[in-house]
Order: sequence, then structure tokens, then C-alpha cells
Amino acid sequence: MSFRYEIRLSGSGGQGLILVGKVLAEAAAIYEGLNATQSQSYGPEARGGASRSEVIISDGDIDYPKAENIDILLALTQEACDKYIADLNENGTLIVDSQLVTHVPEGNFRVIQIPIIQSASERLGKFIVANIIALGIIVKISNIVSLESVQHAIKARVPKGTEEINLKALAEGINLAEEWLNKNS
Amino acid sequence: MSEPKKNIKMIQGNTACAEAAIAAGCTFFAGYPITPSTEIAEVLSYRLPMVGGNFIQMEDEIASMGAIIGASLGGAKAMTATSGPGFSLKQENLGFAAMAEIPCVVVNVQRGGPSTGLPTHVAQADVMQARWGTHGDHPIIALCPTSVSDTYRLTLRAFNLSEKYRTPVILLTDELIGHLTEKIELPEPGSIEIINRQKPTVSPEKYLPYESTASLVPPMANFGEGYRYHVTGLVHDETGFPTNDSDKAALMLARLNDKIEKNRDDIVEVEEIHIDYEMETLIIAYGSSARSANRAMITAREEGHKVGLLVLKTIWPFPEKEIQQAMRNAKKIIVPELNLGQIAHEVEWATNRRIPIIKLNRINGESIKPSEIHKVITQG
Repeated sequence: MSFRYEIRLSGSGGQGLILVGKVLAEAAAIYEGLNATQSQSYGPEARGGASRSEVIISDGDIDYPKAENIDILLALTQEACDKYIADLNENGTLIVDSQLVTHVPEGNFRVIQIPIIQSASERLGKFIVANIIALGIIVKISNIVSLESVQHAIKARVPKGTEEINLKALAEGINLAEEWLNKNS
Repeated sequence: MSEPKKNIKMIQGNTACAEAAIAAGCTFFAGYPITPSTEIAEVLSYRLPMVGGNFIQMEDEIASMGAIIGASLGGAKAMTATSGPGFSLKQENLGFAAMAEIPCVVVNVQRGGPSTGLPTHVAQADVMQARWGTHGDHPIIALCPTSVSDTYRLTLRAFNLSEKYRTPVILLTDELIGHLTEKIELPEPGSIEIINRQKPTVSPEKYLPYESTASLVPPMANFGEGYRYHVTGLVHDETGFPTNDSDKAALMLARLNDKIEKNRDDIVEVEEIHIDYEMETLIIAYGSSARSANRAMITAREEGHKVGLLVLKTIWPFPEKEIQQAMRNAKKIIVPELNLGQIAHEVEWATNRRIPIIKLNRINGESIKPSEIHKVITQG
């Protein structure tokens, strides 16, 4: 029996969630030898509007490439959180930006609240790398791909000249997740 | 971490389509960007110049279709890519290409319609338009890929079939597959089968561009190589000049349609998964919906349900013979599709409604969930 791991990255258009999905899928499929798919759903706007990116990782064939029974749901807006929570597995994990998602839905799932966008601005001086901080949190929490594979995938995917700040953002995300795990274990 | 292999890539369906076009020998692309097909134009805008080809962004979809027809007459393998509203605009020139027997590949990455509809969302509602969007009795070939690697393979096949049969071929993909990123192992260049159009072996004075040959596909001369002939959308005789002679019209139109119909066994491709005489439920699906159907089938089979799946890779000409063979002793057929039953109606005709055909449709821009198909398998 092969495993199937489902991740949904949700927020608004322009937050860079499709890139995060592509990096995660590439880390799994190219550098870990697993199978992975990345799909997306967004509105016609270049910025704003609901946006989601979904990654399925498996050691077997991936037939249906969309998420149905989510293991990790990342929500960077309240709207996305409310809209997508229903598909979260009851043993799954909800990761939210603690400042943008103030009403956290109730359920048996684990909830991780971290000020992701604020951390990007304050610790790295660029709110635009919030997506990669979120990626670091997901890498640490899911343990589905190795840090090294994700670092390789980031270097291959991000615009030239931004590798360093993105790798720093990744490390920051890992730290934030470790801090949360230490506090809540 | 494992060392990545060089020819294994994570790319989206649209990129696979563009790369396959280059592998097939395409040297000309004309288009007018439209979501969700834009990445095909984007990739070819920088890839074609690398291989000595030409990319041109035209003023609209009508002109793009005209441009690829012209390029093909000049001897190039040519392609355009579009979606719903753009596919509507291409219909007139698509009919011209069918009538004048000009090989070309038209990609339609289907999105929600009608009109400008749901630009960023998936649909499969252009299957009848692919068949009958342009007027008159005309032949057409349309192929529907189910994955990124299938998009690569079927784009190659679209070029090969268009060259072999001197006809436009439609790659009828959809937003989900076009924008899906997944793993593909790119074939070695030498391992790809490439078919090129047959060129005339006679001198220019003796050349008949629309000759009734035994193969039904007359050799095609490139413009600019001394073979001067007339190209028209009017009914024409073997020289290419218009005619009103009813005998000649009958002959020409019969050959035009026969060249596809009589070769349908070569053109039609289906994939049978778990189809046997024990099977009680048959699912018939194509494009991205086949992915939902496959998952539903696997889950249902694990629970002991006897269900099989027929995936239609060629959708036109319609695989009615393959459907009749695949039915075996099935008690019902499920047709999931992202429209209101366009292919289900064809299945009803192909099976003469001998067993119930259950339509499972969705037109809100989302894909059909495997659980929805599973419910129909198990509950009827």
C-alpha cells in the first residue's frame, strides 16, 4: 500500500503560494525520487482573490491530482481558512498566519498559529518572502521531504539573485516551527 | 537525497506540449495568448528561435489560424494554441484547413464557458465544438491527454497524424492537465517516431495537388519550390481549382471524409484498465476526468466492486467500436465529464442504449471528485 500525502496552500493571489507548491513538489519528485503533483486554482486577478495551490506526494502513482483529504492546510487569509477547512483530515494540521486568521475553526485537527507575514517583515525585512517562511514551517511539520532537497529545489526555482534571502527565509520558517513545537510538546 | 536524472523534469502540461512540438519538428507558432493556454505561447516564444523556428504573436486568434495555414503551405510544421473564446474564432479557418487539406495542430486548453466563461477554471465542454464547430461535413481528429507525459506523447502524435493525413488535428486538453505540474521522463531525441508529409515525386507540370490517390492522401508540395497550385475553401477538382460539377464535388468530398474514416483504426486510441468479462460497471472517461475515474475505480475495486475504465485518448473520430468491445457483460456505464453530457450522448448512440448510461456532470469550474464517481459505482 503506497502512501498519499496531501498539502493545500491557500491565501490570496500574489502571495507566492503556487511557487511554494512547485518547490515542494520538485523537492519530492526530483530530489527524493517520489512522485508528486502540483495543481492550482486561482481567479483572473493578478493580485488578490482566492488562490490555492495543492501538492500531492506519494511513493506510488498519483491518479487524482487534487486534494480531497488534506494532511496539511496552510491558510494565509481568513477567507481561505473558512473556505477550505472542510477538506482537512481530522488528524491533519492547520497552519495559519496568526494575525490574518483570527477566527480559527474548531475541530480535532492540530492548529499551528504563527505570525508568518510579520516575521518576514521584521526578521528578514521583506514581507514578500513570507511564502518561503511558510514553506520552512511545512517542511519541519510534515517531515515529508528533507531540508536538503528543498534547498536544492529553491535554488533551482527562485529568480537569480534571490537565492540567499529565500534560503534564509526557509531557515527562519524551520526555526519558527521548532519554537512552536518546543512550546507545545 | 538522490542525484536527479537529467531527462526527468517537473513541468506543467502546457510546457510539455510546447517541448513536444519542438521534438516533433514544429518550426512555426502563431498565437494570441489566452488563459489557460498562455504558457504554450510563452515557452515557444523563446524555444522556437533556439531551434531556428519562428514565433509570432498575431493580432487575434483568427489571424493566428490563418498564419499557421500559410506556414504549413510553405512546408513548416505549424501550431497554434488557444482556449474557449479563441477556439470559437478559429473555427472558420479550421474548416478551411480541413477543406484545403493543410496539416496543422490546434491546441485547445479547455476552460469554463460559454463565452468568456470561467477563464482560469477547468472544463471539457468544447468536445462537440471540436467535432462540429466549423460548418459542413468535414473530417477532424481530436486527442485528449490525461497527464503531463501524455500531453507530450499526444502532441507528438497530433503532428504525426496531421502530416500523415494532411489534416488539422486538435489537441483537446483542459486547464487541469495544462496547469498540472508533474514528473515526466523526456524521451531521447533519436527514439521519437516522426512522420513527415509525403512530397510529390512527379514534375511540377504533372502535379495534381488533390489527386484521388489509392492512399486517399495526395502528396503535398511546399509553396516556393516550383509547384504552383491553387488553394481554396471552395469545392475543387484534382487541380485545386473550384468546380460546381456535382460528380467532382461528390468525389472530392467523399475522399476528404474517407481518408479519416477509413483509417480510423490507425487514428483511434483508447486505454483499457481492468476491463474483463467479470466487470459489472464500465467507466468511460477522457482528459482530466479520467484521473478522477481511475482513483474511484481503484478504491471501488479494493472494496470488491467489479469495475473497469476505458480512457478515450482519441475522441474524434469517435471510438464507438472500442466502446462496444469494452462493454463485455457490463450492467451499467458511467460517463463522468466536465460538461452536461456531450460524450455521454455519443456513448448512448454507440451502445444503442442497451444498458443504462449514467451521466456524471459538473460545469462549475471544479473537477469531479473521485468520491462522487465512487458513489455512483457503489450505489447505482
